[in-house]
Amino acid sequence: MEKTLSALPSLLSLEPGAKLAAASRLGALVRGITELASKQKQMRECLVRLIYCEMLGYEASFGYIHAIKLAQQGSLMEKRVGYLAVSLFLNESHQLLLLLVNTVLKDLQSTNLLEVCMALTVASQLFPPEMIPAVLPLVEEKLQHSKEIIRRKAVLALHKFYLIAPNQVQHIHDKFRKALCDRDPGVMAASLHIYLLLIKENPDGYKDLTGSFVTILKQVVGGKLAVDFNYHSVPAPWLQIQLLRILRLLGKDDPVTSEQMYDVLDESLRRAEINHNITYAILFECIQTVYTVHPKADLMEKAATCNGKFILSPKNNLKYLGLKALTYVIQQDLNLVLQHQMTIIECLDHSDPIIKRVTLELLYRITNAQNVTVIVQKLLEYLRESKDEYVTISLVGKVAELAEKYAPNNEWFVQTMNAVFAVGGDMIPSDIPSNFLRLLAEGFDDEVEDKQLRLYAVNSYLALLEKDQVQYPQRFLQVMSWVLGEYSYLKTETKPEDIIEKLHCLLGKCSVSSETKAWILSAITKLFRLTLNVKVLPEVLQSYGNSMDSCLRQCSFELKQLVENREIMNTVLPLDASCDDIVVDASLSFLDGFVAEALGHGAAPYKPHHQRQEEKLSQEKVLNFEPYGLAFVTSPQASSVTGRQSPAGLSIGSEISCNSTEAGIKDSNSLKLDGVKKVWGKEGYLRKRESKVEALASLGSESETTTDTSSKTERTATVSEEEQEKQQLASSLFVGLGSNNLVSLMGKPQSSTQKVWRKSKIVEGQNGHEKAMNAQKTIVPHPPQIPNLMDNVGERCSLFQESKAMPLRKTSSDSAEVPTEQPAQGYDRSWTPSNNLKTIKAMPSASKEPFSGLFADGNFDIIQPANCRSAFEAHDQISGLAPSLPEEFAQHAHSKLELLCANENIALFSCKIWKEDCLLIPLFITNRSSVEVHNATVNFALTDELQTSESTDFPFPVVQSQTTVKCHLCLQMVNPCTQVLLTGHLTYQLESSHCTQEEFTLILFLIDFIRPLKLTTEEFGHLWLSLSNDVKQNLSFAPNAPEALSSALHTLQKELKLHIVDIIGTEGIIACQLLPSTPCLLHCRFHGGILSVWLRSPCSVLPDCMLYECQKVMQNVQL
Amino acid sequence: MMRFMLLFSRQGKLRLQKWYTTLLDKEKKKITRELIQIVLSRQPRMCSFVEWRDLKIIYKRFASLYFCCAIEEQDNELLTLEIIHRYVELLDKYFGNVCELDIIFNFEKAYFILDEFLIGGELQDTSKQSIPKAIEEADMLQETMEEYMAKPTF
Repeated sequence: MEKTLSALPSLLSLEPGAKLAAASRLGALVRGITELASKQKQMRECLVRLIYCEMLGYEASFGYIHAIKLAQQGSLMEKRVGYLAVSLFLNESHQLLLLLVNTVLKDLQSTNLLEVCMALTVASQLFPPEMIPAVLPLVEEKLQHSKEIIRRKAVLALHKFYLIAPNQVQHIHDKFRKALCDRDPGVMAASLHIYLLLIKENPDGYKDLTGSFVTILKQVVGGKLAVDFNYHSVPAPWLQIQLLRILRLLGKDDPVTSEQMYDVLDESLRRAEINHNITYAILFECIQTVYTVHPKADLMEKAATCNGKFILSPKNNLKYLGLKALTYVIQQDLNLVLQHQMTIIECLDHSDPIIKRVTLELLYRITNAQNVTVIVQKLLEYLRESKDEYVTISLVGKVAELAEKYAPNNEWFVQTMNAVFAVGGDMIPSDIPSNFLRLLAEGFDDEVEDKQLRLYAVNSYLALLEKDQVQYPQRFLQVMSWVLGEYSYLKTETKPEDIIEKLHCLLGKCSVSSETKAWILSAITKLFRLTLNVKVLPEVLQSYGNSMDSCLRQCSFELKQLVENREIMNTVLPLDASCDDIVVDASLSFLDGFVAEALGHGAAPYKPHHQRQEEKLSQEKVLNFEPYGLAFVTSPQASSVTGRQSPAGLSIGSEISCNSTEAGIKDSNSLKLDGVKKVWGKEGYLRKRESKVEALASLGSESETTTDTSSKTERTATVSEEEQEKQQLASSLFVGLGSNNLVSLMGKPQSSTQKVWRKSKIVEGQNGHEKAMNAQKTIVPHPPQIPNLMDNVGERCSLFQESKAMPLRKTSSDSAEVPTEQPAQGYDRSWTPSNNLKTIKAMPSASKEPFSGLFADGNFDIIQPANCRSAFEAHDQISGLAPSLPEEFAQHAHSKLELLCANENIALFSCKIWKEDCLLIPLFITNRSSVEVHNATVNFALTDELQTSESTDFPFPVVQSQTTVKCHLCLQMVNPCTQVLLTGHLTYQLESSHCTQEEFTLILFLIDFIRPLKLTTEEFGHLWLSLSNDVKQNLSFAPNAPEALSSALHTLQKELKLHIVDIIGTEGIIACQLLPSTPCLLHCRFHGGILSVWLRSPCSVLPDCMLYECQKVMQNVQL
Repeated sequence: MMRFMLLFSRQGKLRLQKWYTTLLDKEKKKITRELIQIVLSRQPRMCSFVEWRDLKIIYKRFASLYFCCAIEEQDNELLTLEIIHRYVELLDKYFGNVCELDIIFNFEKAYFILDEFLIGGELQDTSKQSIPKAIEEADMLQETMEEYMAKPTF
C-alpha cells in the first residue's frame, strides 16, 4: 500500500523524544493543511497523521474543521477517514459538532450501505441529546432496513440515545419489541442492550417477556444458533450473559417469574463445563443470577459448588471472581464462608493487593460484634500499605462504620478512630470526623459512660500532642482541637493553661492550614472560659489580630471580646452544651435602623447578586446570541418526572435560553445542601431520648469461639505452627457465623445505616411515632418466634436480643401512650353527619358481627381484596354513611369525595379542596362496625416535596359506632414535581383487640398547588427581570386564526388556574404561583401556528414542570 | 458498558485510544498516564483485573502490547477479557499475524475494526466472519473508488 510506505519515514520521525522535530513537523502540517484544502486525498493523509499526533499528546485542534469538511465533501474513502477523525477528535459537547448534523442526515438518507453505516456509527458515538431529534426519525426508519447490519447499528444507536436522553425515544418502545423478534440473532442481541436498561428501571413492566427471554436462552444454550456465533465452541456467550443479567433483574424477589427460569439456569450451569475463560464468565453470571432470583435450594447448592471451583482455582483471575461472588452470596448463605475459610485466610496475605482487597471487602461483610477487632485490625493494616486515594477513602469509611457499629468498648473505639484519622489523612471524607464528634457530643444516655468516653478522648489527644516531631493530618488536628476545647474541663488534674499553651504551640506551626487554625483558635476561646489566667492572650491576639485571613482575624477578635466580657462568654459558650441551640436573630433586625438611615441618606437599596447581573445583561442585550441549550426533556428533573410523555409530537425546536452567565446563576440563589450531612440540626441533638440501649461494651470477644471452628481446630491439632496461626486467625475471624439465624438477626451489614452501637434514639415527633407504629406492626405477628431464635443461637445472641428487642418493646409502649395525650383535641374534630341517624338504625347490624368477631382477635393485618372496594362503596351509598362535605369546605372549589380504603369496620373518605393558600385534604373516618373504635390514629407520611404547618398525626381516642369523624391536612408543595404520592395510614383498635392498620394513598398533582398570581403588567416586568431560571419551548398549535392566542391562553387559564396579566397583539403574559409562594411567569408568543412559551421562576424545576402541564393541556385541546 | 479502551506498549507508549464517554482532553491524558503506570507495574502472574476509582480495569498483554479496558461495576471481567481476545483475533485475521508495527502504521484500520466490533461501548458483532467481511467490503470499495478517482478527468 503506497500510503503506508510513504507514511513510514515521517511517522517514525514523529515518535516522541524527538520533540523538536515533531513540533516543526506539526508546523509543516498546519501549512500543508491550509494549502491542500482542495486536494482531498492528501487531506486524508494529513488527517490520519493528525490523529496520530493527537494521540501522542500534541494539540491538533486546528485540524478539527478539516475533518468535518472531509466527512462532508469527500468521496467514500475520504468520508470514512473524515468520520473516524471526527469521532476521535470531537466529543459530545464540542461546538463544531453542529456542522456535522447535515452531513449525517444526508448520509443516513443515502442509498449506499457504507455511508449509512458510517453515519449510524458516528451518530451513536457523538451525538449530544439536543441533536438527537434531528436524526431520530431517520434512525427509526432504519429499523426496517433490509440489511441486518443496518438494523443492528440502528438498534445500537437507539440504545445510545436511550442512555443519554431516555425521554426522546420513549415513543418507540414497541419498535424495540420488533427488534427483539428480529429474524437475525445479531439484531436481537443488540436489542437486549436496550432491554437490560429498560428492565433495570422498571422490572415490573416487562415480566411478560420473561417467557421469551427464557426461550431464547434455552435455544442459545441448546446450540440452535449458527456456528458463526460460537466463540471457542461456546454458543454466543455474550448473548447468554446478557440474557442471564436480564433474567436476574426480572426474577428478583418474584417467586412466580423465578419459577419460569429455574430450568434454563440449571441447564446453563450444567453446560458450562469446558475449562475455558468464557465458560467461567457464564458461570459467574449464572451464580449471581441464581443467588439473586427467588431462592431454590438445589440450584443454590449447584451454584455454590461452581463457586468453589472459582475460589479453589490456582488462577488468580478466577480466585478474584470467586471471592467477589462470595461477597455476593453470603447475603443469602453465610455457611459458604465457613467452607472456604482457609482459602480466605490465605488470600489475606496474597501477593496481589487486588486479591487482598477483595478479601477484606468480604471480611467487612461478615463483621459482627465478636470479630470486629480482628477485622478492623486487618483493614487498618491494608490501609497503611495502600497509597491509592480512592481505596483509602472507601476503606476509611468502612472502618469508621464498623467501629461505630460494633465497638466493644470506649478505649478501642477512640483508638480505632484515631488510627482512622491518622491513616486517612486529609483524604478522609468530612462526614467521618463530624459523625465522630457528633457521637461524642450527643453521647448515649449513660452520663457516666459519656464522661468516660470523652475523658478518654481528651487524654489520648493530650498524649498525642505531647509528641513533638509528629505531624498530624489537618482533619485529625481539627477533631483534637474541638474535643480539647469542648471537654478539657473533664480532666481536672491538668490546668487549662497548659492545654492552651499546647494549642498555642500548634497554632505556630507552619504545617497547619488556616482552616485548622480557626478550629484551634475557637478551641482556645472555649478554654479561656475555664481560666482567668490570660497570659498567652496578648500573644495570640497580636499574631492573629491583623492576620490576612479574615476568618482567623474574626476568631481572634471574638476571643478578645469574650475574654473581656465573662458574662457573654458564659452565655455564648456554656459548658457541655455543644448540642444546645443558642437563640440568634437571624434576620438581623437590629440593623434595620441602620439600613433605614442609609436609605434616608440616599443609598441604593440592596439587590441580590443575580438580580444585579440580570439587569446588567438586559441592558446590554440587543440581539439574541443565545446558543442552543439543552433540550428541556433531558434536564435531570424532567427525566425523573413520572408519566411524562414524549414531546416529539409537540415540540418543533426546544431550547432553554441560557447564555453562559445565566446558566451560572441558576440555582445559585439557594444554598446547596444536598449531599451535605447535617450534623448540628436546628433543634440540636438534645431531643428527648425515648429509648436507650445498653452499649455492647461488656464483651469479651476473643475468648469465645464457635462450635464449628473449635471442632475444626481439634481435627487439625497436629499441623505446623504456621498452620496453627492461620487456624487461630480463622477462629477469630469467623466467630459467630455458624448459624443462619444470626444472619437474619444481624441484617445485611452493608444496607443498615442505623448504627447498632449506642443507637435507637427514636426521633421524637411524627417520625418517631411512625417508626413506633411500624415497630409495633412488625412485632405483633412474631412474638412466639423470638425465643426460638434465641435458643438456636445460644448465649452469644443475647447481645442482639438486647439491642434489637428492647427498643421495640419500648417503642410499642410509647406508641400506646401517644393517643392519650391529646384527647380534647380529638373530640373537637369528631363530626357526625346529621342525615344518617335514621339509617343507622335501619342497618342490619347482626350481619356484621360475625365478621368483626372473626377478625377481632387475629394477630394479622386484614387484607382486603381489591374488588371488594366497590361493593363497600355501593353499600355505603345505600346506608348513607358516606359523608358529605361540610359547609366550610364546600364553599371552595373541591373534587368529589372518594373512598380511600375500607373494610367491614372502617371506611376512609377524602377529596381535594383547592383553597387559596393551601391544598386542603379532609379525611373522614367512618366507623362502620357496631362497636366503638378506640385509639384511632391517622398519620400522614409527607415526602420531601410536601410541607404542612401542622401536625401530620390525628388521634381520635374513641369513634362511636356508625359515626364519622373528620380531620384535615393543609398541604403546600416545597419542591415542585408533576405528581407526588401522599401516603398515610390509619391505626385503630376494635374493642380490646390488637391494633389494625390500614394504608391509603392519594395522588397529588402539581396543578393542585398552582394558584393564580394577580399582578399588573409593571409588576410582571419587574418580577420577570429578577428571575433567573427559565425555559423556552415551541408548541405547535393548529388553528392559525387571529383569536387563537387568546383562546389558547384562556384554555391554559381555565385548566391550570393561571392569571392572564395582559394580552398585547400576538403576545401574552401569564402569572401563577406554586403554593406556598413560588411565582412562575409565562410569556407566550404566537406566530405561524406556533406558540412559543417562555417560562421563568426563582425555582429551577418549576418552569420545566409547568411547561409539561402546558404541553399536556395544549395536546388535549388539539385532540 | 465499556468506558474506554487503551492500547499501549511495554515502554508505556500509547498506541490506540478509544473513549466511549465524554471527558476533557486533560482528564484523558491524566487517566492514560495513571493507568499505564498501574498496569505496567503489575507482576506477570497477578490477576488481570484492577479496581480503579469506581471502575474496573481489565488488561491483557499480547507480545509487547497491552490491551486495557475500563468497565463499569456491573460488567463481567472475564467476558471483557474475551472481548480483548476477540479483538486481537480480528486484528490478526485482518493483518495476518498482527504485530505492534501493524497497529502503528495502520492504526486507522485498527480503529475501523474496533468500530465494527464495539459501538458506544457495547458489543455490536462478535462474528469472526462478518466483521472482517464488512471491513473488506469497505476496503474494496475504497480501492475501486480510488482507481476511479485516479482516472484523468478530461
